Amino acid sequence: MIRFERVSKRYPNGREALTQVSFGIESGEMVFLTGRSGAGKSTVLKLVALLERPTRGTVTVNGKSTGTLKARHIPAFRRQIGVVFQDHKLLADRPVFDNVALPLVVAGTALKEIDKRVRAALDQVGLLGKEGMLPVELSVGEQQRVGIARAVVSKPPLIIADEPTGNLDPDLALEVMHLFRRFSDVGVTVLVATHDQHIVRDLAKREIVLASGEIQEPGDGAGSGGTDPLPHLVARR
Amino acid sequence: MRPSIFGTRHAQALLGSLGRLKRNPLATLLTLLVIGLALALPAALGLFVTNAQTATGGFSNAVDMSVYLKSGVTLAKAQQLAAAARQRPGVAQVTVIPAEQGLAEFRRYSGFGAALDALQSNPLPNVLHVVPSRGAGSSADLDSLRSYFAAWPEVDVVQLDTEWVLRFNAIIAVLRQLVLIAAALLGAGVLAVVGNTIRLEILNRRAEIEVTKLVGGSNAFVRRPFLYTGLLYGLGGAALAAAILEAAVLVLDPSVTTLAQLYGSRYTLQGPSGQVLGVLFGGGMALGWLGAWISAHRHLRSIEPRA
Repeated sequence: MIRFERVSKRYPNGREALTQVSFGIESGEMVFLTGRSGAGKSTVLKLVALLERPTRGTVTVNGKSTGTLKARHIPAFRRQIGVVFQDHKLLADRPVFDNVALPLVVAGTALKEIDKRVRAALDQVGLLGKEGMLPVELSVGEQQRVGIARAVVSKPPLIIADEPTGNLDPDLALEVMHLFRRFSDVGVTVLVATHDQHIVRDLAKREIVLASGEIQEPGDGAGSGGTDPLPHLVARR
Repeated sequence: MRPSIFGTRHAQALLGSLGRLKRNPLATLLTLLVIGLALALPAALGLFVTNAQTATGGFSNAVDMSVYLKSGVTLAKAQQLAAAARQRPGVAQVTVIPAEQGLAEFRRYSGFGAALDALQSNPLPNVLHVVPSRGAGSSADLDSLRSYFAAWPEVDVVQLDTEWVLRFNAIIAVLRQLVLIAAALLGAGVLAVVGNTIRLEILNRRAEIEVTKLVGGSNAFVRRPFLYTGLLYGLGGAALAAAILEAAVLVLDPSVTTLAQLYGSRYTLQGPSGQVLGVLFGGGMALGWLGAWISAHRHLRSIEPRA
């Protein structure tokens, strides 16, 4: 589903965010992307969602190489990916229903179908009945779940999430992660960037560890093999 | 995409734009006012020219020619010539004014009665009074008619006052060009106003545009509501301009009627014709749409989602 081949990314300001990164994620797999802030997690997600293009190397998502995809094909490409953000990026002036429906509206889905699917998505995240509320009327955890409903409403084969539990307390965070696992269980590929080791350990899924823009093999010591409670402190030593 | 979905998406974009305009009534009203005034100005000028032309339309028919025959030409011959002249296209009416009648009128109106009595014989020739037909009042037509009569051997002088017709037509031509220039300049103004308004709205809705693009919204999808907003601005501005014109006509009509009566005319001011309204609304909507398109094309490209 996702393949990075010797991918480097240098931003216009000269900072090299990723250096020669290679990895692959199979269809239906759930993978955690971990590492300290600034390790390159967000850059990996941006490259997957085609918010950025690689400077060197090739990123292949769902069979498409993002480096050469024409601009007019980007919208269709993005419709294959559900994206969840830490700040959930909801439209504050639109009710929950409109926020969740946006990917379907954009894709030209029929109104009746939109209604059905939005309700189904809200049901999956446990928010059925809150369609008419504005995002500000919801709790932070609920807002995050609206963001997740929006990411899954069009049933994309791939979901990527950038620190989706960053603003949530541990119980809520775990709940959200189990939600992701349920999607993965039904065949959706899920890539979650997080620095929450408890969650990574709890779900026992594959982990890709980034440090300073490079992949750390398990056992490097500096990364998080899952046993080190405070990997970033270890890395700093 | 199925046509029904296509229609639904356009309807959604249109309704969304309407709703947004309604949410900021004051800002919308001010923008509409600027567009309305910019559209009303050239339209009013055009209306003035049309009215001036219609009001004076009678004048060119009032243009008449006096064809003075040579003094030896008899009245019978004059009648014969008049009959021939009536056959010519562009001639509405030919009246023979016999020399005697001419002298009698001159005596009556000039006040030279006593002096005329001193004359041995009537010095006046027979005259043909020629009225050109409606639609043959242009200066070229009149010149051609004049040459036609001047070529007759029996004709001494053809007197025709075309100068003022030429001047009047020249004034109308200048005004017509002014209308075009004003329309072009103010049309550019409408483009700028709509473009700038749309630019501000795009900046205001930056977050929404980013999210929409993030979930796979194409540029066309993101642009559509802004194009409808521009179209609505154009439509509203044109409606306002039409209202301004109608109101101005309503206010001016009594005074114009009075003025016309003083000139012995029954002329009443004419409001904008269906054609003028069509141009106004069509032009307004086209300008609004175009202004929005230019602005959206320029500014939407730069907004790409950031994670």
